[in-house]
Amino acid sequence: MNTFKVINPGVMSLLQDAGRFGQHNIGLTVGGPMDPFAFTWANRLCQNEVGATSIEITIGGLQLEAMTDTQIAITGAETQVKVNNQELPMWQTLNIKAGDKIKLGFASQGARIYLAVAGGFDVEAQFGSTATVVREGIGGLTGAASSGKGLAKEDILASHDVTTISPLAMPKLAIPNYDAECVLHTVLGYQEASFSRVDKASFFSCEYTVSERADRMGYRMLGPAIHSSTNAMLSEGICHGAIQVPADGQPIVLLNDRQTIGGYPKIGSVMARDTAKLAQLTQGKKLRFEPVSIEDAHGINQIQKYKESQITLVKVV
Amino acid sequence: MNTVTTPKVSAQMLPHLRLKVAGEQAFILYFAEQTSTQVAAQIQAATQALVELVGHSLIDLVPSYASLLVVFDDNQLEFYQARQLVLERIRQAAMQAEEEASQAGNQIILPVYYDVESGPDLEDLARAKALTTDEIIKLHYEQEYRVYAIGFAPGFAYLGELDERLAAPRLATPRKAVPKGAVAIADRQTAVYPSVSPGGWNLIGLCPVPMFDVTKTPSMPMTTGDRIKFEPISKADFIAMGGEL
Repeated sequence: MNTFKVINPGVMSLLQDAGRFGQHNIGLTVGGPMDPFAFTWANRLCQNEVGATSIEITIGGLQLEAMTDTQIAITGAETQVKVNNQELPMWQTLNIKAGDKIKLGFASQGARIYLAVAGGFDVEAQFGSTATVVREGIGGLTGAASSGKGLAKEDILASHDVTTISPLAMPKLAIPNYDAECVLHTVLGYQEASFSRVDKASFFSCEYTVSERADRMGYRMLGPAIHSSTNAMLSEGICHGAIQVPADGQPIVLLNDRQTIGGYPKIGSVMARDTAKLAQLTQGKKLRFEPVSIEDAHGINQIQKYKESQITLVKVV
Repeated sequence: MNTVTTPKVSAQMLPHLRLKVAGEQAFILYFAEQTSTQVAAQIQAATQALVELVGHSLIDLVPSYASLLVVFDDNQLEFYQARQLVLERIRQAAMQAEEEASQAGNQIILPVYYDVESGPDLEDLARAKALTTDEIIKLHYEQEYRVYAIGFAPGFAYLGELDERLAAPRLATPRKAVPKGAVAIADRQTAVYPSVSPGGWNLIGLCPVPMFDVTKTPSMPMTTGDRIKFEPISKADFIAMGGEL
């Protein structure tokens, strides 16, 4: 069922499902939503299956025209949402009529916006996933002209047929504040022993700033340089959130579209929950790193999972 | 003949394995400091041992030069559980590989006439080991041996491992002439002398089957990797099979 026509793709709009897993052995990265929390709740507001294909809009500017009656939900970075020039709320199921024009402004807080459609977008999976990874030219709309590319003007988006639901809304208290202080909990690992105690102390006590080199592959930080005593190492597997430190001493947090193998020393990895926060930061935003043991990391995850399970969507009256 | 062999996890590699935390749901196994074909084969073997877990408790595997990154599903496993699961799988694969290796090769049965007449060191050995000659014989033929090496003389196969209770030092003075077909033991090895030669091993019997025949292809009844089992025979059978005393 054709649901939308793209009028304007905005800065960058990518079709994403939960990510492409189990393909590292052939060098494919994960892709998927940079902020899984906002992505997941956009789908839940449409009562979609977990990981249903949605659109990740970076910064904003996406404009769609509905080709049929449907329902959508927009979550993530704070952005003005207009349907036929009428401002509508984010974090809520919205009823859309054929011919409606959906227009997203630009994020005032945060960087990633998610638009889910009832039933999820109907996209052919490549290597088991619809996640768009531009660097690899894989995922998203299929076909030579579109594969692995962001949405373009005139693209037609189809969605799976589903029955209409009664609109739901995220409780206000559960909506993240994208202006909050950003602390990246870091599990020490990999070549952490090759960083001096002084460098580690500096790394975990100083503020870093998001540089202009921040994209889906990784976020390069600006701040006090740290150095590894390892100068030559064999390239090895890189996990999500790994903090790579090249010779210039400026850490790079590797994210969804990271290279799967690399040879720079790594001090450890940022927890996925916190990379979601990092992905919402734009250039110039400040953050700091905080060490966390693997046991505490799992503890934090359990608590957060429990807290999330306690969020109950409310019926919109 | 070209045979493509799938690398197997080697038990020798296990003590060298180093595990480091990579992230909240990933750890990295280092197999060596440097890369080599053997290391690469071990990483490939370990990856194969784990690949069936991908999509279940493991999310992804990234084998590289000297390491294997394991990404586990932290919705299902805690770090320690994941670590145990993965190391256990690798250990199992190593054990399985050893098991398979022990099943490989042909089994060859060699008849032996065990007696004080054919084995001049049998009685001395029994005394030294505080066993009866029958017990010595039984301990020798009950074991299955592997051909570890061929050398010393044409057709001389080094077989191991001998039961610990039979381990005996070589003779203080080697014999000038050990008879052809002599079944001998030294340390934890055993062998059948293919031809008359000097030798210092303890002789416990005679085997009527020729160990080396230049006119035959193959010239030896066994090759490295084969499994050897000895079967006790009577003097009459020994003679009937062409044995000479």
